[in-house]
Amino acid sequence: MPFNQKPQKFNANINTVEIGCGDKAIKLGGESTFPFYSFDAPVENAPKVGVEISDTGIANVPGIQEYYAGATTMGEIAKKAEAMEGADFVCLRLEGGDPNGEDKPIEDLIAVVKEVGEAVTCPLVVEGCKNVEKDAELLPKVAEALQGKNVLILSAREENYKAVGAAAGLAYNQKVGAESAVDINLAKQLNVVLTQLGVQGQNVVMNVGSAAVGYGFEYVVSTMDRIKGAALSQNDNMLQMPIITPVADESWNVKESMASEADMPEWGPMEDRGISMEVQTAAAVLASGSDAVVLKHPKSVATISKMIKELM
Amino acid sequence: MGLSGIQIFKMTPKKNCKECGCPTCMAFSMKVAQGAMDISACPHMSEEALAQLSEATAPPMKTIKIGAGENEFTLGGETVLFRHEKTYVSKTRYAVSLCTCMDDAAIDAKLADIPKVDYERIGERMFVELIYVNYEAGSDKDRYVEIVKKAAALNRTLILGCKDVEVAKAALEVCKDAKPVLNGADASNYAEMSAVATEAGVVLGVTGADLNELYDTVAALEKAGNKNLILDVGTNSVKEAYANAVQIRRAALKDQDRTFGYPTLVNVAVLAHGDRTLQQALLSMFTMKYGSIVVTENLDYAEALPLFGLRQNVFTDPQKPMKVEPGIYPLNGADENSLCLTTVDFALTYFVVSGELERSGVPCNLIISDAGGLSVLTAWAAGKLSSSSVAKYIQENVEDKVKCRKLIIPGKVAVLKGDIEAKLPGWEVIVAPLEAVQLVKFLKDMTA
Repeated sequence: MPFNQKPQKFNANINTVEIGCGDKAIKLGGESTFPFYSFDAPVENAPKVGVEISDTGIANVPGIQEYYAGATTMGEIAKKAEAMEGADFVCLRLEGGDPNGEDKPIEDLIAVVKEVGEAVTCPLVVEGCKNVEKDAELLPKVAEALQGKNVLILSAREENYKAVGAAAGLAYNQKVGAESAVDINLAKQLNVVLTQLGVQGQNVVMNVGSAAVGYGFEYVVSTMDRIKGAALSQNDNMLQMPIITPVADESWNVKESMASEADMPEWGPMEDRGISMEVQTAAAVLASGSDAVVLKHPKSVATISKMIKELM
Repeated sequence: MGLSGIQIFKMTPKKNCKECGCPTCMAFSMKVAQGAMDISACPHMSEEALAQLSEATAPPMKTIKIGAGENEFTLGGETVLFRHEKTYVSKTRYAVSLCTCMDDAAIDAKLADIPKVDYERIGERMFVELIYVNYEAGSDKDRYVEIVKKAAALNRTLILGCKDVEVAKAALEVCKDAKPVLNGADASNYAEMSAVATEAGVVLGVTGADLNELYDTVAALEKAGNKNLILDVGTNSVKEAYANAVQIRRAALKDQDRTFGYPTLVNVAVLAHGDRTLQQALLSMFTMKYGSIVVTENLDYAEALPLFGLRQNVFTDPQKPMKVEPGIYPLNGADENSLCLTTVDFALTYFVVSGELERSGVPCNLIISDAGGLSVLTAWAAGKLSSSSVAKYIQENVEDKVKCRKLIIPGKVAVLKGDIEAKLPGWEVIVAPLEAVQLVKFLKDMTA
């Protein structure tokens, strides 16, 4: 008697959100199954991999430095990022805008945004500086500067969703990232208020928060599992937005990836640990249902892209 | 689990003898119905009732034990597909692979590396728990047995990957007391392999060309009386291994198909042979999705640090917070004259705060007192973090060890400042910012 295969069919699916224009445009989401469950139903669109670059320059990691060697302007850096093996899109982080950090003026950041926007033809995601007040001013200008390019703006948060959502989602017709802190109710609430503001649910991509593996990652797993469960089995259309998870920042900022080899000789080369942290965190969020991840090491990008291809 | 507590209760002797450890037969029946206890814990059940009940109340996924003594590990016994539905119970275990296809130098190098990874993370020892020793068809039997002996000398639980009955017998001869797994049965040899495994008293690993063949082989083994099994999801492709791992677990837990109610083994070392980074990705993937044992070529610190962190997170019980031990944690080379900061023992809080403190580079002593494993505000609301609890802990455990008399308290409990100062004469209490991420700037400004 053979195995009685019982596919798990859902009469609901995750929204499909398109980013970018032309041949290189990508589609996030669309699936009606749990992650990579292609034995239940065809997976509409493969999860996508983005490459993170920052206005503050190239990360001080040998492999990353080597990859971008020779690139001096942001435009050149962006072009190299776009050409990375396995890259589907580029994610520009404007971390230099943070008032508690470099506090770059908005005009300077917009100049960077324009330069990068002109340099690449692949879809673009732009992430603010994480300071809610600054982002409320900065991100609308980003949305304006990149009109017509159909970019994803990260992110509207509870504190500034009106400014960011109205500019990106209504005035300039971009895609809106909705960022919440690892909690299904907060994620849903933000989607509700964004749609009440008039932003189409079909134009929203969620960032439901992340952590590096080992750092409270169980909350990330359960939040994503529950969101996908509610979206598919309960047809909750306030949770059917695809999920994007920036992984690079969290994974390169934990002790395991930052401690120097001099401090921790038995741990081995720092770069190997950072890549492993980035790759393992990315694989784990993809297994929980992320539709896109953002990474920064060329090796991580190539590997995760390969893993996705093998699973599709 | 088709029976309710009441139905089970009707079949108990109703003596309330307490020999099962429960106060009444009713309480015992309810626990059995929930799957929390096994029916065999009652010594007074009639044979007939037992047979009827153990069939109906058997857990959907068997619990299989491998290894012996301190190296005994429990696999399987899961009841849910997602951790938030209840909790996962048996951690994924990782094996480093050796193979007769490797030369002696490579094998020795790998064996020398295995004990190097051994450290503690939030009260749990992290090390390479298993070694997979693969026999490539046609290689020399004696050499295989020699490699098995060498691996056994490391005092880890072994998995013998061997489809040759005679070779398997010889290898088991030298290591069977340590209860290795014999991973070698398939549709062609299961009867002989099962006899070898049963005679040696070890768990048998079963594989198949596809899920149907695996299913039939398991059914045949069960019919022959061997229910001490692990299911190898196969190495045809990553996609198929993932599909098999998910479908086996789902069939057992969701569809109550007990033929697939066994732990699984995923051999990432073969699936991504030679690609170390892809193996890292797959180690993580199969920890998330249903590998009970995952085999890899490398498990150095680069693999181990994220992987064991992931496993520790995923396998925590959502109903019990992760706690760190109370104590003084010196950071950035702090000594008795360095600044003191305090927060709660909730593991996530500890990690976030200590991470930021390390990033600041400022030497400081992080003082963790017992707050029931709750976050700052929750602990404060529950009365587990109060001026008295902080003052008492510092007087009893800190004052004789640290000379500095500056204490930084979490910004969210700024309200405690006055009370703590009143209860801790000689201390200056400083309020930290609300968010941990602001600590770097705060400390730098403070010590500038």
